[in-house]
Amino acid sequence: MKRKRKSSEIILAALTWTAAAATIGILLYLVVFILIKGIPYLTPSLFSFTYTSDNVSLTPALVSTVVITALSLVIAVPLGIFAAIYLCEYARRGNRAVALIRMTCETLAGIPSIIFGLFGLLFFVGALGWGFSVLSGACTLAVMILPLVMRTAEEAILAVPDIWREGAFGLGAGRLRTVFRIVLPAAAPGILAGIILAVGRIVGETAALLYTAGTVAQIPTTPMQSARTLSVHMYALSSEGLHSDQGYATAVVLLVVVILINALSAGIARRCGAKK
Amino acid sequence: MNCFEIKDLHLYYGAFHALKNVSLDIAAKNITAFIGPSGCGKSTFLKTLNRMNDLVEGCVIKGSVQLDGEDIYGGIDLSRLRRRVGMVFQKPNPFPMSVYDNIAFGPRTHGVRKRYELDAIVEGALKDAAIWDEVKDRLKSPALGLSGGQQQRLCIARALAVAPEVLLLDEPTSALDPISTGKIEELLLALRDKYSIIIVTHNMQQAARISDTTVFFLLGEIIEYGETETLFARPANKRTEAYITGRFG
Amino acid sequence: MNNTLERGMGAVFFLSAAASILAVALICGFLLVNGLPIIFKTGPLEFLFGLEWSPTDTPPAFGILPMIAGSVYITAGAVLIGLPIGVLTAIFLAHACPKRIYALIKPGVDLLAGIPSVVYGFFGMAAIVPYTGNSILSACILLGIMILPTVTAISESALRAVPQEYYKGALALGAGHYRAVFSVVLPAARSGVLAAAVLGIGRAIGETMAVIMVAGNQARIPVSFLKGARTLTANIVIEMGYAAEQHREALIACGAVLLLFILAINISFSALTRRKA
Repeated sequence: MKRKRKSSEIILAALTWTAAAATIGILLYLVVFILIKGIPYLTPSLFSFTYTSDNVSLTPALVSTVVITALSLVIAVPLGIFAAIYLCEYARRGNRAVALIRMTCETLAGIPSIIFGLFGLLFFVGALGWGFSVLSGACTLAVMILPLVMRTAEEAILAVPDIWREGAFGLGAGRLRTVFRIVLPAAAPGILAGIILAVGRIVGETAALLYTAGTVAQIPTTPMQSARTLSVHMYALSSEGLHSDQGYATAVVLLVVVILINALSAGIARRCGAKK
Repeated sequence: MNCFEIKDLHLYYGAFHALKNVSLDIAAKNITAFIGPSGCGKSTFLKTLNRMNDLVEGCVIKGSVQLDGEDIYGGIDLSRLRRRVGMVFQKPNPFPMSVYDNIAFGPRTHGVRKRYELDAIVEGALKDAAIWDEVKDRLKSPALGLSGGQQQRLCIARALAVAPEVLLLDEPTSALDPISTGKIEELLLALRDKYSIIIVTHNMQQAARISDTTVFFLLGEIIEYGETETLFARPANKRTEAYITGRFG
Repeated sequence: MNNTLERGMGAVFFLSAAASILAVALICGFLLVNGLPIIFKTGPLEFLFGLEWSPTDTPPAFGILPMIAGSVYITAGAVLIGLPIGVLTAIFLAHACPKRIYALIKPGVDLLAGIPSVVYGFFGMAAIVPYTGNSILSACILLGIMILPTVTAISESALRAVPQEYYKGALALGAGHYRAVFSVVLPAARSGVLAAAVLGIGRAIGETMAVIMVAGNQARIPVSFLKGARTLTANIVIEMGYAAEQHREALIACGAVLLLFILAINISFSALTRRKA
């Protein structure tokens, strides 16, 4: 009896530890695998300023990634923060609109990127006539990351203690001044951590961009030009099938960017957690 | 002279009748203490005096509250009202910014921009609140680094910086140790000639020590009010007597 | 003047919040308006359950059952692989993990969630396909890995939400540590674990790039786990580049069908999490 109980303990423990080891093992294997396959091809020509079908330079894609990310954030961040301010500071309890906003935000968060891509193709590229362009791509991504920005901003704003709001109101400050001078500065680290996560999603995105920003490998000079981000660049390399080694090299760059973004976001979140 | 004249005030939180038919005149340049057991409505009443209850959803107020003859539930500008009637809260609540910016927050809200004016106001308010000597060398450091008692005096200074006529204090020492409490009581006594002070406290010794007038609340009603010494020595009402002798509450 | 500003900004905040309503309405509207006509022209049953997808033949055939089947098979396989490992990892994180190891593993799991799908795709092409081919099985393994972080994170918070008393009660009855966790804590967290499974399904069925790179993408009813298949998502990306007119509409209709799947999954997810709260 006793021995049986002991052996079931051991089996369950083994299962748990094996699964955790598998999860981490997979992560390590993936990272090391990509590094080993990619690093040998990280040649200077891969970073030359213009793209040719010989050097398959990733520089234009790198620049485009920065441009598209910045443009998406410019659209989505104010929108997301303002929406969170409305939900936390302005809306009254039991407000019908709030329930609807929360529900649609949840829905938006669950929609896969290919659907955003289709929508961007129909709406920004087609209906608004912007064509395959940086602008179409950035707007599509802005819709995609909106729920993420909104939710993290909401959490950060809700975490600001009420006694500060009361203090500001008690001194005669209006809602607006209280929000911008007291609440938002206090919520800034949390909001920032959310924005960085959003950057991570944009950098890794492909499906939503293929048919909105297009796949032209150039540095865009106007927002109406097509451009490809690093992720799209990688997909293009793999589907052309000729340069998969350079694809792995690009994956190395992308992986490093993603690891940095994750560390940054976690660092900020931890710092503001420690402050409380 | 009175700073506040309250007539037939009723306050409801949804279905709960929190203040019942309260009428009271509050003397200016005096310390008035509100006492009573928890939930008796004393804090709620305090917050009707600068309309902080407006923030509470489902709160309905009937009756009149006049500040120097002006109905504060009429068309008064809320920001101006709160400048004239400052408030200090139960828990010290300095903003997460520097000592200087904390004090300057109020004046800036009301349009003071010039650096030298702000400097003068900050120094004056901190001196009035008897904390200048402790913080003059750390005006730029975060206010949250101060001790609890210092934080509360900073909050008093912050309230004084907008030059109010009335200072409302909602159990300002309940989160503090006896030494800090003593300092705040001293401070209030020193401020009493310049400001009308209304303090909510559940500490009867505190009310007896510092107030000129005491008002006793029970279940949303004023049971008794009068000169502090008289009220504590010879309460007219049985329930007042029971409360101040510690038989309930 | 101050009041006008207050009111104006209040309106701006409200409109920003309403943007998400507008976005969902536009997404549903555009997909349905552009996708429904071809569904009705083909006949809804013929479209959903037709076995043949040959959009460029004359006359074309628009049956998407192969892709629906592909999506369902691959998603099911991914959940079969990802769910047990994910839940067990969550148990490890919540109940078996020394603090110092936790500080190492938790960021690792988060990183797994942050790795782009194309990078997974490249990994799958070189590390999985050589063994199992461009096949349903490869896609299942890769997607199973990709949903791991989602499943783990949600299960972990569900496990942590179970009151300590349950666990202590089980210990008091003589159960060992793991026994107590598996027989008392895990069942108590089942609605959270179920929610994790549902969200994992949502992730898997919506995944596009990684699947394309390993699944083979043949538009036919799957015949074996070791043969290829095509998902709804893959169908859109692969053909949208050259599709025109009816063909294009049919791809948008695929998107609309996928959107309906997703909405159903979202609704069951929020129903599950709301009941818990």
